[in-house]
Amino acid sequence: MTEAKEGMDVGYVANLARIELTEEETALFQGQLDQVLHYVEQLDELDVSEVEPTAHAFPVFNVFRKDEVGQSLDHAVIIANAPAATEGEIRVPKIIDQ
Amino acid sequence: MSELNNLTIAELSEKLAAGECTSVDIVNDVLASIDSNDGKVGAYLTIDRASALEQAQEADEARAAGKKLPMLGIPIAIKDLLNVKGQPCTCSSKILEGYVAPYDATVISKLREAGAVLLGRVNMDEFAMGSSTENAALGKTSNPWNLAHVPGGSSGGSAACVAADEAIASLGSDTGGSIRQPAAFCGCVGVKPTYGRVSRYGLTAFASSLDQIGPLSKTVKDSALLLEVLCGHDKMDSTSIEMEVPSFGKNLTNDHSLAGMKLGLPKEYFVEGMDPEVEKAVHDAVEHCKSLGAEVVEVSLPHSKYAIAVYYIIATAEASANLARFDGIRYGLRVDGKDPLELYGKTRAAGFGPEVKRRIILGTYVLSSGYYDAYYKRAQKVRTLIRNDFAEVFKQCDAILAPVTPTPAYKLGEKTDDPLKMYLDDILTTPVNLAGNCALSLPCGFSASGLPIGLQIIGDSFAEETILKVGHAYEQTTEWHKLKPKI
Repeated sequence: MTEAKEGMDVGYVANLARIELTEEETALFQGQLDQVLHYVEQLDELDVSEVEPTAHAFPVFNVFRKDEVGQSLDHAVIIANAPAATEGEIRVPKIIDQ
Repeated sequence: MSELNNLTIAELSEKLAAGECTSVDIVNDVLASIDSNDGKVGAYLTIDRASALEQAQEADEARAAGKKLPMLGIPIAIKDLLNVKGQPCTCSSKILEGYVAPYDATVISKLREAGAVLLGRVNMDEFAMGSSTENAALGKTSNPWNLAHVPGGSSGGSAACVAADEAIASLGSDTGGSIRQPAAFCGCVGVKPTYGRVSRYGLTAFASSLDQIGPLSKTVKDSALLLEVLCGHDKMDSTSIEMEVPSFGKNLTNDHSLAGMKLGLPKEYFVEGMDPEVEKAVHDAVEHCKSLGAEVVEVSLPHSKYAIAVYYIIATAEASANLARFDGIRYGLRVDGKDPLELYGKTRAAGFGPEVKRRIILGTYVLSSGYYDAYYKRAQKVRTLIRNDFAEVFKQCDAILAPVTPTPAYKLGEKTDDPLKMYLDDILTTPVNLAGNCALSLPCGFSASGLPIGLQIIGDSFAEETILKVGHAYEQTTEWHKLKPKI
């Protein structure tokens, strides 16, 4: 597992997370997050090979409900929250070139 | 000073029932207190006065018509990440500018059904990421006990408004200590319920496996009364547990004996660098519990020191996924770009503050291909060890006594440049969220400089009744909860 920990490239990960960073932010976060990653490396001192992971404090599985038609949120209310809308639809920049 | 805003839910409910005051009187006193103090404290982001008075009027009419409800006419402040239909819900973030909640969170519906008056929205760290309410894009909140100090966080507004008598009680949320730590810093009571006790539907998610909504109040009894209203299974949250809700409030009696109660003192919780005043106050509280009849035993939670590392991997991983929804498409802020990708990047750059960006980036990294096992999966495994620690300890005692924070409230600006330093302060609160059990924070003393110190009472899963009983007994046989800040 140690081969995976070569350090994080903040600029690269920020792009994956869809956050544009300025050069100053990239440099600042790089230093701060390197420090945090160095701190969390203390978990490596534990042998967890026989331990099961915990995803939830109280795992509940297969929660089913009846497939019933319920009340949806009002269309007009949802569209009113959209930053750009036209003819009852949310407007976004063009995705496909014609 | 006998203004109604200084009183508790229990006291006001008696006065209302006896016809000695109306809900409109209470709301008027609370609004007057906000007018005179909130310019300094800065707890509130928005207050809808007309709506609060209208709700109070309705509560008074319902009472006159013979209605009896547990929170009838009691004004409650709401942390700004809970959706209330028709109101903004900014999470103290610029990215939710202009958003109007289209529905009520389940806890809000429950408060309405219980007759409460929804008072206004209080400040927090952006998306609940922080421990001082300084990561807030839309307001600055001070500690009512010393305005140069932080109120704690992320539910800083929820704690400050209660401590300043600008609300009778409030709702907060606790992902790694965000109810208990501000309650300790501001000298009020706060409860983090067991994971699954309270529905998270309508709570803007930060870390879904850790988040719980809970009350902040002036007394343990008030938190118990509120908890009774908030808890319960909800079909809108599949992680909420189907389990009967005890009568938390009624079960707190005037018998303050702790005879037969075994309380554990975890040696790992008296950490290096702990303020000696905090250590002394907690040890005095332990002695006090002994004098009430409790037996105190030393216990060990050996993996406590790994909690911060585990927490900041798991919480940021979950946050990076949860906050993907803020993309400038369907609601909130949008900064246009030539294509959707550029729009996302620019919107999130402009909308999120630095701490939120840092955590999303860290969370994205620990989940990314090649690093998942090394960070995320390993953290989940250590989470199991932390959970097992608690399971072992609760075989030896009924509840755990501990400090909430290593120090009292620090000065505004003191730790904002060093995120890791701020994270380390969560060492005594994050283990409970990782294990999923319940805990409460209540005042147990003051520093020489006049800042409150909190006592943490940690219970097993679904053992809220036990921690409330211990807290109530301690509180009712001490005077700390009666002290008020001079603002």
